[in-house]
Amino acid sequence: MGIEPGRLQFSWISSAEATKFVEVAQAVTETVKALGPNTHFVKHEAKVA
Amino acid sequence: MRAYTEKIREIARRLLEACTVERVLGFRRGSVPMMNAPCFVKTPAEAANLVWDSNCGINLANYLTSRSEKIGIFAKGCDSRNIVTHIIENKIRREQLVIIGVPCHGMIDRHRIAAMADGEIREVVEDENNIIVQGDGFKKVHNRHDVLQANCAVCTHRNPVIYDELVADLVEEPGDVDRYRDVREIEALSAEGKWDFFDDLLHDCIRCYACRNACPLCYCPTCFVDESRPQWVGKSQDPVDVRTFHFLRAYHCAGRCTDCGACERACPVGINMRVFTKKLEKDCLEKFGWEAGLSLEARPPLDAYRPDDPDDFIR
Ligand code: SF4
Ligand code: SF4
Repeated sequence: MGIEPGRLQFSWISSAEATKFVEVAQAVTETVKALGPNTHFVKHEAKVA
Repeated sequence: MRAYTEKIREIARRLLEACTVERVLGFRRGSVPMMNAPCFVKTPAEAANLVWDSNCGINLANYLTSRSEKIGIFAKGCDSRNIVTHIIENKIRREQLVIIGVPCHGMIDRHRIAAMADGEIREVVEDENNIIVQGDGFKKVHNRHDVLQANCAVCTHRNPVIYDELVADLVEEPGDVDRYRDVREIEALSAEGKWDFFDDLLHDCIRCYACRNACPLCYCPTCFVDESRPQWVGKSQDPVDVRTFHFLRAYHCAGRCTDCGACERACPVGINMRVFTKKLEKDCLEKFGWEAGLSLEARPPLDAYRPDDPDDFIR
């Protein structure tokens, strides 16, 4: 779809899996940080002349 | 095709005279060339308005949604698969329908023919193998196989999958068709390449929603694009909104789309939005062994859980 792999991630975490949640959240943050700021699917304000 | 038309009129007349159905759904000649219009015929006399040729690409299943009367419907391969989908989604009951199967030779691509014409087209007629296009000061003859709609050229279910009677003998289904070459080419692009490809593809979209309206799957009473509370997607021409509309609509058709081509045919600016639905169709086939609309018994992949469903994208 034009979004870098890694920017969108799926996981299945039960409410009892606190450690998994932490791991996943950290991993996601790292991957996305490495990719840098998102430039797609960003709506810019209409420019007024 | 003339034989088809005569047989269609005869069947419609018979069904209406015997009161087997209250109305018959077929095609009448359109007011402009290559645009036959769907029509309901209610009396035996009106059956004479029905026609069949290579311009019946609109999907008639679209007109069955939530109807309560008994209807006779003429169904090409793709229409029949969407009728099956309508039945399994409880949008119509099988007992309400008399399905008259029309073994299909493929429909012609009005966009392509118009692009090849040297001016405005006044008349398009056809014989067994040729499409003859005429306008002011020009006449062109195309071999019909060269001007088929893109989806018809790769169609592998030309014969109706469900019917009560047939208009003609079943046609031979093409054997080795590579249905997904276009999708594979897009899959092979880099993320950035895909982004640019879709930007380009959707650049001319005016968000008229003709593609959605022509689609037999898009029967939601309020489409997500029309909702305002909450508003899921912006109503502007901003490329982000246009893209969101197209991607989401495609996902709503996942596991249901039969690639009938009604959307692409309806588009006033000639956008090939079928690449989205085809990608999902390909995924359904490869990951779930599913082709939409082939059986009244099987449940679609989004409706059934199997322990071996692919899930390696979830961690
Ligand atoms: S998709 Fe197949 S069945 Fe439908 S109009 Fe085209 S050739 Fe006929
Ligand atoms: S029919 Fe064409 S222009 Fe209209 S919304 Fe669909 S893709 Fe856009």
